[in-house]
Amino acid sequence: MHHLDAAAHTRGASHYVDDVPPPSGLLHAAVFTSPVAHGELESLDVDAARRAPGVVAVLTADDIPGENQIGPIIPDEELLASRHLHFRGQSIALVVAESPEAARAAREHIRVEITEKPVITNPREAFEAGEIIGEPHTLELGDVDTAWDTCDVVVEGSCDIGGQEHVYLETQRARAVPLEDRQLRVHTSTQSPYAGQRTIARVLGVPLHAIEIDVKRLGGGFGGKEDQATPWACLAALGAWHTGRPVELVLRREEDLHMTGKRHPYLADFKLGLLETGELVAFEAKYYQNSGAAADLSLPVLDRTLFHGTNAYRIPNVRLFGACCRTHLPPNTAFRGFGGPQGMFVIESALAQAAETLGMSREAIQRRNLLVDDDTLPYGQRIIEGRAERTWDEAEALFDLPAARRRVEAFNAEHRGQKKGLAMMPICFGISFTATFMNQAGALVHVYTDGSVSVSTGAIEMGQGISTNIAVIVSRAFGIRPERIKVESTNTTRIANMSASAASSTTLLNGNAALMAVRTIRERLEALAAGRLATDDDPAPESVPEEERGVKIVDEWVWLNGRRTEWDWERLVREAYLSRIALSAHEHFATPNLWFDADEGKGRPFAYHVFGTAAIEVTLDALRGTYSVDSAKVMHDLGRPLVESVDLGQVEGGLAQGLGWMTMEDLRYDDASGRLLSGALATYKVPDVMFMPRDLDVRFLEGAGNPLGPFHSKAVGEPPLMYGIGVFFALREAMKAFRAAEYPFAAPLTPERVLTQLYGDRLDALIAPRTAEPATEVATAP
Amino acid sequence: MDAQPTTIHFLLNDRDERVEAPAGLLVLDFLRQQKRLVGTKEGCREGDCGACTVLVGELQGDPGSGRLQYRPMTSCLMPCAELAGKHLVTIEGLSRPSESADPLATLTPVQRAIVEHGATQCGFCTPGIVVSLTAMVLETGRPPGPDAVERALSGHLCRCTGYRSLRASGAAIGEATPNVGSSATDDEAWGALVEAGFLPHWWLDSVQRLREMAAEHHRSGAEVAGEIPSAETSATDVSITEDLPTVIAGGTDLYVQRGEDLPRVAVDVLDRHPEMRGIRVQGGCLHLGALTTFEELAEHPKVRPWIPRIEEHMHLVASWQVRTRATLGGNLMNASPIGDMTILCLALDAEVVLCRGEACRRQPLRTFYRGYKDLDRAPGELLTEIVLPNLDPETRVHFEKVSKRTCLDIATVNSASCLRLEDGLIADAGLAVGGVAPVPLRLEETAAEVRGKPLDRATVDWACAVAQEEISPISDVRGSAQYKRLLVRQQLIAHFTTLYPEILPVDDFLPTPSAQDPGVDPPGGAHHASP
Repeated sequence: MHHLDAAAHTRGASHYVDDVPPPSGLLHAAVFTSPVAHGELESLDVDAARRAPGVVAVLTADDIPGENQIGPIIPDEELLASRHLHFRGQSIALVVAESPEAARAAREHIRVEITEKPVITNPREAFEAGEIIGEPHTLELGDVDTAWDTCDVVVEGSCDIGGQEHVYLETQRARAVPLEDRQLRVHTSTQSPYAGQRTIARVLGVPLHAIEIDVKRLGGGFGGKEDQATPWACLAALGAWHTGRPVELVLRREEDLHMTGKRHPYLADFKLGLLETGELVAFEAKYYQNSGAAADLSLPVLDRTLFHGTNAYRIPNVRLFGACCRTHLPPNTAFRGFGGPQGMFVIESALAQAAETLGMSREAIQRRNLLVDDDTLPYGQRIIEGRAERTWDEAEALFDLPAARRRVEAFNAEHRGQKKGLAMMPICFGISFTATFMNQAGALVHVYTDGSVSVSTGAIEMGQGISTNIAVIVSRAFGIRPERIKVESTNTTRIANMSASAASSTTLLNGNAALMAVRTIRERLEALAAGRLATDDDPAPESVPEEERGVKIVDEWVWLNGRRTEWDWERLVREAYLSRIALSAHEHFATPNLWFDADEGKGRPFAYHVFGTAAIEVTLDALRGTYSVDSAKVMHDLGRPLVESVDLGQVEGGLAQGLGWMTMEDLRYDDASGRLLSGALATYKVPDVMFMPRDLDVRFLEGAGNPLGPFHSKAVGEPPLMYGIGVFFALREAMKAFRAAEYPFAAPLTPERVLTQLYGDRLDALIAPRTAEPATEVATAP
Repeated sequence: MDAQPTTIHFLLNDRDERVEAPAGLLVLDFLRQQKRLVGTKEGCREGDCGACTVLVGELQGDPGSGRLQYRPMTSCLMPCAELAGKHLVTIEGLSRPSESADPLATLTPVQRAIVEHGATQCGFCTPGIVVSLTAMVLETGRPPGPDAVERALSGHLCRCTGYRSLRASGAAIGEATPNVGSSATDDEAWGALVEAGFLPHWWLDSVQRLREMAAEHHRSGAEVAGEIPSAETSATDVSITEDLPTVIAGGTDLYVQRGEDLPRVAVDVLDRHPEMRGIRVQGGCLHLGALTTFEELAEHPKVRPWIPRIEEHMHLVASWQVRTRATLGGNLMNASPIGDMTILCLALDAEVVLCRGEACRRQPLRTFYRGYKDLDRAPGELLTEIVLPNLDPETRVHFEKVSKRTCLDIATVNSASCLRLEDGLIADAGLAVGGVAPVPLRLEETAAEVRGKPLDRATVDWACAVAQEEISPISDVRGSAQYKRLLVRQQLIAHFTTLYPEILPVDDFLPTPSAQDPGVDPPGGAHHASP
């Protein structure tokens, strides 16, 4: 079984939003945005733009018929700025024209007068100024304050964690098509059709049923289209509403980079107490999330930072404090891991600091404190079927960690200009939306009279292979060939009120809903077959082995009490139709036993946890400050894979993004103006084929199950990203092998940071001009 | 001056196309908007992602008898006028429609390998990758293997897979490629590829069709060959003079800077001047036509005596589908302080040939750059040729580059050296650095200071100190001024120690391994020791 879309992808035949043949009269839109990060819009003059060639409409906040509000959780974000400007790239006006070129050209004629205001880009500064979104969050376990006295060693430190741009290859885009009676159909590249529908309806002041969202697939999402696909769909809809013609809005790459939010940068302080054996006793951390200018999804992202603040480790006394700090950057948003990676980076930094202080290896402390069953996490949930130790031990054995250690040490002893480093990175990641109500999904299954099957769910295909998973689940549950299954586009008229495809939960939720719908239809079919196919010759059911008893559909044939009947799948369906049996079903799944008391910070927010361990090895060029990732090896807990190649792709791709986040992906803003400096793919670099190690070895834990997942599968979308954190600590180790120093916990560890830190003790001397003739003195020596 | 639509005659997949379009219209926009061939994707419009990669076939040399060579190119940096007389192959051209229930039945071996190795997820980068891997298969002279696969994938960003599965696909494709032997003709090689399903059947007719097209143009006199164009503006001048066209010599940076207006203004696409191409040795000097592409430079055997490890250096420069478009002349005229080839040419003390009509003059590159993007060039002069001087066989040449990502990235600092020793003393030294001044910078004083000195630790330290006075880096998105200064020092050390490891090992500049001397020696501690 391959990825369902794969063949069409390779032929270039897969359609994304703007690849679909354009409807007659299609108009194109361009967005005029704020040129300042903070200010008041004193005047807005669009007259010249309205008169520009090819322009059909120029729309501003005054043209919004409903509510000018798109904030998904807190209403703090306008679709088109009416007065208050709070980030560069904030939408102010929409130009709708006959061609994209005309729209962009006309945009140049828009004039604004703005009173500029001071810009904050640093979250600590925002925190101190009281610029906090929502309420700060705290999670507590045990008694941290008294626990410090019982520790042999207490270390403290701080982290500076960079953000990350999604770089979905397909930029944000939407096409809105007017239907009769002021209704709209919107094709948009979104992970959350319902959010788009809800927000468009709000902006236009119409009921939700007037807005139909249809999504075939995304050219990548990674969280960047969970909430931030919404504004572009709203703008296209607004254009169509006003012009009565279809309107398409496709962001250019540099527009996308400047206008949309990223993974949240964080500043954090930590304090970690241990016994001299390496046993963790107490951990305290304060997280200052750089939320950007509006709430977006920052509050739940912060929740997850706290939830994963102790990663895969048992710490009896914990206090985690976090605040969403409002700055003048574009609102930061969901990105694979959703705050978890930042939380894990802080505890891993604390462990590194502790290991260096205690003179122990980081691995020894990590391994010693891995979670086991019945351990309690800071949010009160206990570990059930934990696999932290198992994945660690299997990774260690399979990849022969002791040998790797010896190899690294030998290499470092032999080389001056090159140093190797090695790091283990265990993960424990909770699966579910942390907002309990979102853990629901619907599925609609039709069986047609020729035996072919149509499945609709709320799941979005963004490359992760959800359609393939759904097809496999449905075909297995029916007992028929996967070729019979068609997974439909995601459409709000077929599935209502769907949650976003996010939180690694898409298969869990939608797969289970589909499974339930199949079961409903199958039960009807089985009842029919049982009545029609029974013969007098049939053995008594008691004499048949239990697993063969009754009607079964196996490999397209109907079996009755262990006997293959004359009915195949197609015959069964035909008979059902003639017997007027419903061949369609819609079912709804809600993850059981989830709850969370936000006030207490306790509950059972996750259906289960995903575990795994990575080993990452690097080589540092200490002359140039450059480095390479030599190998990345992973032992991952996947439950039982649905489609192994699809799951493998998720692990490898997540790892690549994690490696990029920790190394080269360097978001740079100008602090004074809030301007994004790395606003092109020429300046914002993501991993390429040369960067990724040729030695990339991902294994799945064998004999692992998961009763909650469809066919015992486990979520795989986000957790692997966090393996990438290991590269930071591998590099740090290599740097320490070159020069023992206190290196900061600042990520990404770009070649610039590496080189300037390696030579940080005497940088000024090394770049000093000459002071005397070379023959008399080695002038540059410190 | 506004763009006048021009007639462009070329082959698009299996069809003759005669298109009326502005010369500067992007091939990408032409394909997606005019032809609705939407398998070619737009990911960045700056040559960084590869989603828009197409194959371009061009008759080499004499159109009547020359070989037809195919190269991958980024269609987001390519003006339509360059298609004239060429064969443009898109993903649609390489693909056969799905005909049966088995979705794999009609796939080419390249497409099949990607499917079977799970090497496509969201699919947006996939068509471009199929094109590049097919281009790899067409490179019959290059053995298939991990290096060839990496080269083919070098210009592609895939945000989903992590590349392992793409590498595996590439390996499988290499194995499935028919081995026709190096002596096979193109017809034989393509015949085998058609037979194996890599290429469509019409492929074999393209040479003849392009030759007929060339002959037709020759008869109609449409092709103006042999005339050096005169132009008021360079390939990269940001200000457009009203009545003279903008010159495009590759356009790989020009389109990034001015992509929005190039389709709207008059352009002169130099590609139509074959006489500005070619590599020859004359009088001991290496003459490089201004339109020599980076890829030609890397592959041409005549370049090796001047830059022995050019292929290795080129690994750090752009990507395959950009190197097939980027020209040496474009790189020099772009006057970017960080142009990789510019820095290399500066270290080699190249001269440029500048012509206006028939009047040509030679000027040393080292005096060509007067200030930021300010060239010592008379109005209307066009750079036609680059001349690398005769080099003593003992001369050694090296190139260094550090960027945030090792490959397909713009340098934070790059540098090149051209050194010769005589009796243990430095006899010749050409040093150039990029990214640390408003211009691509030749380190004249540093070079002068080391000439005549022994190649030892003290001399290199001295060179590093002198260089610090010559450079004037600023802090920007590629790095702080301090970092760039440090990189200049580190790269200078790298140059001397890489070129003469037998005399000056790099370890002399690095601390003793801690295992031998635990925790005592600071980095560069050897700095205190006498060399």
